[in-house]
Amino acid sequence: MTEAEPQAGPQPETAGPPRRRWILIHPLVVRITHWINAFAIVCMVMSGWQIYDASPIFNFVFPPWMTLGDWLGGGIAWHLAALWLLVVNGLVYISYGFASGHFSRDFFPLSARQVLLDIRSALTFNLKHTPGVYNAVQKLLYVAVLLLGVLAVISGLTLWKPVQLPWFAWLLGGYPTARVIHFFAMSGIVGFVIIHVALVIIVPRTLPTMITGRARLRPGEEIV
Amino acid sequence: MTRKERLALTEAFRPQLRKVERRLMLKSSLSLGALTLLTGCDLADGDVTDRVLWAMLRFNDRVQALLFNPVVLAKTFPPSRITKPFRFNAFYDEDSVPDVDGGAWKMAVSGLVTDKTPWDLKRLRALPQEGQITRHICVEGWSQIGQWSGVPLHIFLERVGADTRARYVGFKCIDKYYSSIDMASALHPQTILALDFEQQPLPAEFGFPARLRIPTKLGFKNPKHIAEIYVTNTNPGGYWEDQGYNWFSGS
Repeated sequence: MTEAEPQAGPQPETAGPPRRRWILIHPLVVRITHWINAFAIVCMVMSGWQIYDASPIFNFVFPPWMTLGDWLGGGIAWHLAALWLLVVNGLVYISYGFASGHFSRDFFPLSARQVLLDIRSALTFNLKHTPGVYNAVQKLLYVAVLLLGVLAVISGLTLWKPVQLPWFAWLLGGYPTARVIHFFAMSGIVGFVIIHVALVIIVPRTLPTMITGRARLRPGEEIV
Repeated sequence: MTRKERLALTEAFRPQLRKVERRLMLKSSLSLGALTLLTGCDLADGDVTDRVLWAMLRFNDRVQALLFNPVVLAKTFPPSRITKPFRFNAFYDEDSVPDVDGGAWKMAVSGLVTDKTPWDLKRLRALPQEGQITRHICVEGWSQIGQWSGVPLHIFLERVGADTRARYVGFKCIDKYYSSIDMASALHPQTILALDFEQQPLPAEFGFPARLRIPTKLGFKNPKHIAEIYVTNTNPGGYWEDQGYNWFSGS
């Protein structure tokens, strides 16, 4: 899984004579929501670490330089401000993902067998890259991080409103358990971000594509 | 909220806004760096960020007031679930807990009420009492289940002839702590002027002689050692609220 971001197939605006070598990979909505989300996630995670440090669940704290907000009150202020950015932006992306067919076209079908096959191919350097197409491991990671985001928001709402949203608290096993779930949802998201950024470093040409939306086909690469 | 009320609210918060600007400043260089990197904003003036954060705090107050459902009750627990030992928490150490003479104590009532006669423990005990075993959630994230009983605040407010159309109920405490809540939360059936903890008079460290117990809000909105209760249309803020904790802080 070294092609970090290929997404849609050729779009009408770039469909031209076959000699054209640039294709649209990321539509504008995806690019905008991606970068807003990146900013919101950084704010949420770093302010969340500030809040965690006020009453650690586990036997460690995050060093102050990794946290946002200067003190607990500042951390909460950041967390509950960036929350709106994260949720509104997330809803725009998810609505777009369903309505445009982005989810059904790019993330599915997804099978455990294909994931295992692609992992094996990647480890033996035989994974085939096609710009505009995700391999099964990428699909799995993108679907997983979306679900983790939903879990983080639901567990976060539970911590914010345990009385007003009693079904959430019940579903997640009560307030103290919701804290632990919220922490692990964060951990999963941070794990994704680490892999995601590492792959961009390994394949740097994916970064400008997430800004301009376009990727240049290399000799021998086909658009599908 | 009308424009006039909004202006009044902003005006009421102005001194606090100024007071806390320092505390919400982002001192972490990485935080500033990350933010500048991602937004390209000029953050040389940290006050811009602080103003946005304060505006969002006030926005979240309004959202929480809308989300607050007066008929939803906080979950109650059986006595077996009571946390033992129960943790002391205040803005000072346990050896600084005020030593109050219950016999001499009088609680003042002021603001938009018809009867401003001070209350003593005997009169408060003569009012209807209610108990609860609920989860006390600290803004820091920890929580514990405790048992309190006392006078439902809505009964007390009715007895003193409070104007329940007023917006806020404020509390001033013997230890110089202060806080305030919205009227809708003050009238919630589980909001009590607690006199007992685990069926005994409140121990000094948990707020003797009287404290607010409000399971629909975070722990710091449960002031101890109450000296005065008042009803007002001007947001009285609070010890922590004025430093940047969200004022509504509803659970």
